[in-house]
Amino acid sequence: MFRKLHDPGAQAITIFIDGRPVPAELGESVAAVLLRQPEAWCRTTPVSESPRAPYCMMGVCFECLVEVDGLASVQGCLTPVRSGMRIARQQGPRSLSA
Amino acid sequence: MNVNETDLLIVGAGPAGMAAAVTARRHGLSVRVLDDQPAPGGQIWRAIETVAATPRLARLGESYRAGADRASAFRSCGALYEPESQLWQIEPGFRAFLTQQGKARSVTARAVILATGAQERPVPFPGWTLPGVLTVGAAQILLKTADSVPTSPVWIAGCGPLPLLYMTQLLAAGGRIAGFLDTTPRGRIGAALRHLPKGLGRLADLAKGLSWSLALKRAGFPIIHHVAELRAEGAGRLESLHYRTQDGREGEVTAEVLLVHEGVVPNIHAPLALGCAVSWHAGQHCYVPELDSWGETSQVNVFVAGDGAGIGGAEAAEPRGRIAALRVAARLGKLGEGEAESAARSERSRLARALALRPFLDALYAPRPQVFAPADETLVCRCEEVTAGELRARAVQGRPGPNQIKAFTRAGMGPCQGRQCGYTMAHIVAAAQNRPVEEVGFYRIRPPLKPVTLGELASLGELASLDEREPAA
Repeated sequence: MFRKLHDPGAQAITIFIDGRPVPAELGESVAAVLLRQPEAWCRTTPVSESPRAPYCMMGVCFECLVEVDGLASVQGCLTPVRSGMRIARQQGPRSLSA
Repeated sequence: MNVNETDLLIVGAGPAGMAAAVTARRHGLSVRVLDDQPAPGGQIWRAIETVAATPRLARLGESYRAGADRASAFRSCGALYEPESQLWQIEPGFRAFLTQQGKARSVTARAVILATGAQERPVPFPGWTLPGVLTVGAAQILLKTADSVPTSPVWIAGCGPLPLLYMTQLLAAGGRIAGFLDTTPRGRIGAALRHLPKGLGRLADLAKGLSWSLALKRAGFPIIHHVAELRAEGAGRLESLHYRTQDGREGEVTAEVLLVHEGVVPNIHAPLALGCAVSWHAGQHCYVPELDSWGETSQVNVFVAGDGAGIGGAEAAEPRGRIAALRVAARLGKLGEGEAESAARSERSRLARALALRPFLDALYAPRPQVFAPADETLVCRCEEVTAGELRARAVQGRPGPNQIKAFTRAGMGPCQGRQCGYTMAHIVAAAQNRPVEEVGFYRIRPPLKPVTLGELASLGELASLDEREPAA
């Protein structure tokens, strides 16, 4: 859906989305990385399980909720990437154990 | 000084928050600044510190570049700056609760300046929840923070200065535009012109806007005027886009990304939760906090500065931040009343100049009526997936307000807490009950302002301090 215009060079890191390694750049947000994936959705809704993707990128729509390093319902647009970070797309209602 | 106590708590590190912090520090106040972003600058100057060192700076324009000096002045002002902090409650007194890196804690302050800025006005239409539909502001943030642009030529629908600015920046960055669906209704220029004489001091701004428009026309992509209705369709993601103009002309195009924008509205959740009085701003079609000439709300020692006080842009946000900080300094005995008054005078004329063109822009780019009256099948509440039709059906059973309908339908109860559906709900109720929208009111906003986990609550170190109260029998 989106593409990065420059080569991150020394700022390049790897994060994992649903277990798959993907390239990212220090300083950008989890949501920005998700929007560059071929499957650009980030969760399915608790009510109808329809797919959603980041929408506002400034913390007011809560569409970009993802699991980050085991913590559920984290706002991806407010979370800067870190090397080795593990992101999981959320499917339907979050489980209580997550 | 206890690290958890400061004279002044500022919420938000955008133009208003940074200006307030620098001013308050200059007058000897201890200052804490909370911000949910990882770096200072607010939305207008997102990632300015990173971008300033790269060639990307040039294509983002002069007003973006200006943020570099502001961020550096802020960094060196001596305020305690806490990035990536989510504020979720402020108690009278003041004790503020925040979450940082998954841990909750509280801090205290004698005065609070809310500089929480604005958000884009939600634009509900059928299909606006599909992946691939984003706001223009979101795309601009992606450009600033991740140097990312839509992969394929992008459709843009809306009105206001931001789409023009973003399209200009996008083309400069090498992005491609499929077309612009201009939603400005017919006849708006005439209506706006009567506000122009006051704005004539802002010829440079007008010229800038005009030069964007001309450059975009020359770029050669289709521009469709007076677009009134939109519908996005696709299986699991945006695939096609249907539009209809005021004159009934229709079109359908394939699309991977659609960006929408119908202006911005103040973030009022924090002032509402604090019990600050708000009133309806007819020109900007939103609520604004009721403020005195210093930016103080109806709650003593709670101030609002920046776009949260009413949309005025960065140039108005800075004097508003400084004016509020001067008042706090005077209140806390760091500055004489007369000195504060005379320092505020020049800030007030700066503010007046910055706002001179605003009534013209407000009239020209007032949201089209369809923004507030989406088709029945439109999801109004994105979180709980409640349609306009469901809200309309509820609105005529008795005479419920937004809070009753929220209880009936769950609209406004999801994680965004009404930030995306509040104004649509109010307008739907108003239309169904034939009442003015300002009479209908808004959701009652309660803490926590952002979702908080039980784990975060349990991490509140000073839960022990609750024992200052009498133990429960």
